[in-house]
Amino acid sequence: MKRPKRRAARRRAVLEKGQPLRRIEVTINGEEFDLTFKPARTLLELLRDDLDLTGTKEGCDGGECGACTVLIDDEPRLACLTLAATLRGKKILTIEGLAKDGRLHPLQRAFLEKGAVQCGYCTPGVILSAKALLDSNPAPTEEDIKKALAGNLCRCTGYQKIISAVLEAAAAP
Amino acid sequence: MTRKKTLSVIGKPLRKVDAMAKCAGETVYADDLNLPRMIYAKLLRSPHPHARVLGVNAARALTLDGVCAVITGQDLPEKFGIMPSTEDEEALAVDKVRYAGDPVAAVAAISESLAEQALGYIDVEYEVLKPILSIEEALASTEESQRIHTWNRRANVQKAVSLEFGDIEGGFARSDHIFEGTFFYQGNTHLPMEQYCAVGFYGPDDKLTLWSSTQTPHYLHRALAKVLKLPASRIRVIATPVGGGFGGKSDPFSHEICAAKLSMITRRPVKFTLSREECFYVHRGRHPVKMWAKTGVKSDGTIQAMQYKTFLDGGGYSSYGLASVYYTGALQTVTYKVPAYKFEGVRVFTNKPPCGPKRGHGTPQPRFAEEIQMDEIAEKLGIDPLDLRLKQLVEANSVTINGLQISSCGLRECIEKVAERAEWKKKFRKLPFGHGIGFAASAYITGAGLPIYRNDMPHSGVQIKLDRSGGVTVFCGSTDIGQGSDSILVYAIAEEFGIDPVDIRVVTADTDLTPVDLGSYSSRVTIMTGNAAIQACGKLKLMLLEAASEALEVPADDLEFAEGQVRSASLPQRGIGFAECVVKAEGKHGTLGATGSYWPPKNPREFKGSGVGPTPAYTFSTAIVELHCDGETGEIKIDKVWIAHDCGRAFNPLLVEGQTEGSVYMALGEALMEEQIFRKNGLHKIPSILEYKSPTTLETPEIETILVETIDPEGPYGAKEAGQGPLLPVVPAVSNAVYDAIGVRIHEVPITPDKILRALEGRLKAVSIPKFDFPAPLKWQPGQGVQVEQKS
Repeated sequence: MKRPKRRAARRRAVLEKGQPLRRIEVTINGEEFDLTFKPARTLLELLRDDLDLTGTKEGCDGGECGACTVLIDDEPRLACLTLAATLRGKKILTIEGLAKDGRLHPLQRAFLEKGAVQCGYCTPGVILSAKALLDSNPAPTEEDIKKALAGNLCRCTGYQKIISAVLEAAAAP
Repeated sequence: MTRKKTLSVIGKPLRKVDAMAKCAGETVYADDLNLPRMIYAKLLRSPHPHARVLGVNAARALTLDGVCAVITGQDLPEKFGIMPSTEDEEALAVDKVRYAGDPVAAVAAISESLAEQALGYIDVEYEVLKPILSIEEALASTEESQRIHTWNRRANVQKAVSLEFGDIEGGFARSDHIFEGTFFYQGNTHLPMEQYCAVGFYGPDDKLTLWSSTQTPHYLHRALAKVLKLPASRIRVIATPVGGGFGGKSDPFSHEICAAKLSMITRRPVKFTLSREECFYVHRGRHPVKMWAKTGVKSDGTIQAMQYKTFLDGGGYSSYGLASVYYTGALQTVTYKVPAYKFEGVRVFTNKPPCGPKRGHGTPQPRFAEEIQMDEIAEKLGIDPLDLRLKQLVEANSVTINGLQISSCGLRECIEKVAERAEWKKKFRKLPFGHGIGFAASAYITGAGLPIYRNDMPHSGVQIKLDRSGGVTVFCGSTDIGQGSDSILVYAIAEEFGIDPVDIRVVTADTDLTPVDLGSYSSRVTIMTGNAAIQACGKLKLMLLEAASEALEVPADDLEFAEGQVRSASLPQRGIGFAECVVKAEGKHGTLGATGSYWPPKNPREFKGSGVGPTPAYTFSTAIVELHCDGETGEIKIDKVWIAHDCGRAFNPLLVEGQTEGSVYMALGEALMEEQIFRKNGLHKIPSILEYKSPTTLETPEIETILVETIDPEGPYGAKEAGQGPLLPVVPAVSNAVYDAIGVRIHEVPITPDKILRALEGRLKAVSIPKFDFPAPLKWQPGQGVQVEQKS
């Protein structure tokens, strides 16, 4: 039987044997961190396991579902496929960093009001993909939104309320 | 006590109470739990679909630095399973594995990667057996030596049923036309975004706490007590917010039991997070079902008799299978008047991951057959498929031939509205080649009428505590899996007390703190917890009214709860604030708390298997699908889906629409692409999200939802279900639209391009139906057994 995760664990053990720890400085949600970790640590593990930023979700650990989407220097990236060691000097935004001074981001507010959240597991990743879209394209069409969110799977909503929430956030003052 | 005339919370598109935390990334799902001294566990799964386990040796794994414990089948020999009469699962295989992925051993270690690595150091000796991988093979493997299980009467048949209602032979004899067809509905899986996860902790006080991503904490609580041989009073199950369930998290699972057992051994918190690949092995998804359907009609299309045979590929274990097989025959009679009905069904064991309940549980498959056959009847008789149905719809306050009581029924309105919005008459059989439109209708239950295990206790309990500050806390065993069950409790209580939903706290799904609710399955939660909550509020209101009546010197029957006040209905300026009223009532009556309970109406039928089908209320759905089908490539592009759903009262229309749209989405996945399929050697062919195709934003079309509100007498404020029913009509409507587009009938899902092309070339073979001797039918008539009562 295929065991990709076990193979990955073995490969990782081999890769990391004798390798020095990596150390980077990185900005996460506006806060500067000086972090040291094993060379094969992924950004997802760094966020969830080392920094307790559990708002970023693991849905597949293979770059297939989009649940772990975060913004790296404003670009949407999959944290499960990103080696933490590559992030020296980068600026990372996770869902925890989106609200400012206790005020929700317009996207978060729109997701609430439009009923775009059901189980909520895909929500952080979807919201961050949508933020990257709105930052580069403040007035997207429905088609633009569909393309921008095509890598974020949601099994609950049928996407319709998510799309209308993004449209609503784009229209928000 | 006066009833308020208008509703101020119910029916409003309010926020979900848990949505804020979910949008902020602050909701703590099971995998987000991080306890002090926590260690991590993994399951060793069988690489063989069918094998005897001759020995498991964990000695080498235990020598690894950082491995804390290893357990095998010998450590947990007690069998369990969701249905008490078919408990055939073991937490870890004791002597046999029954599908590739069946757990054999579990390791706990100080890191997840070490636990994974340690799996490779466990030595298992297997005697490989020939796997049984299809319904036909299972039915042909009648030798004792070929059995997958030994407890069942006939080799590899888990359950065979046969039921007959009315004069079936006479019905067919009276028919002018007989339609027969064979169908195949491929299995598929839930694919919730959240992987299965459980954390167990056996504390120094000898009490066990298990946090799990489960839809059914109460049933899990019972299973843990049984398998671990601990008193249930020393076990606490907490269902964390569930990141999607769809039925897939309704069984007690290996990883949950092993998390508990490993913590009992190590005395440390133990976390299990299954990989995405493992989720495909845990499965419990839609059964692959082969079906034979026969309908006899008069020349005007009126149904005289209907007969079904269903063959369910159950996989390696029973799971909910006993109910699943009955569900493939239960609800065919709940849309059109069927004067005679016969159903035969069989569920077989195969060496594949066990199937179970997925959204619609056992009913989407026969509905697929029934609605395509209705379309074929209409075509042959030259009647519009909608008119064919409209002339013989079931009615409100009626009883079906198989004894099911229909209370409210908005089916006619669902058909009319969906046809009007989709401009059916303008489009049907009038669109150019490659462009088509199709219709289907369906019915579903609002909660199963019987619990999983026989008992006389309520199906749902709610406890409410009033605080001197005016705050209200509600305690209920119900489990929010994203559908909004926490919100439903808040809305109902806010409505009853006339207060702001923000002032209500919800504590749910914790067996130490909350009264039992049976779980989030069978679309039962809104009707059952809603009614229980209203009952608890009613008891508290009596005390509050007494206190307010004294304070205001207004007779209690002139008082109402509105706008945060208890006030005179005739002189609204005479009132006191809710908090003040609570203080006065507490001074008078002592600490304020009350409970409410809900039991579904008594089962109207009494025969073996009669528990599957009855419900407090049926919902009705209709769908019209418009699509383009490319005759060259076989590709289907769905243009739009119109869905009408009779939801009783829309408790919160925003959430009801969300459930409806989600159901349509999931149905389209099943209709077009999703399939749980296996290689010839029994290995799963596509155990990853990348390979298991499901619709993204790009494949999901516009969905127009029409809510038909019938206000059911049994529902809280008249509400019925919305989470499952709207899935049912969409799948056959796709097939009917394909016929309208390109003129070929596809009797199988998923309707993939290769099937379209083979059908266009005349090479798509009819679905073959296995030979099987069903038991002699049990004959039953409404009115027989328990007397049928008409609802007012």
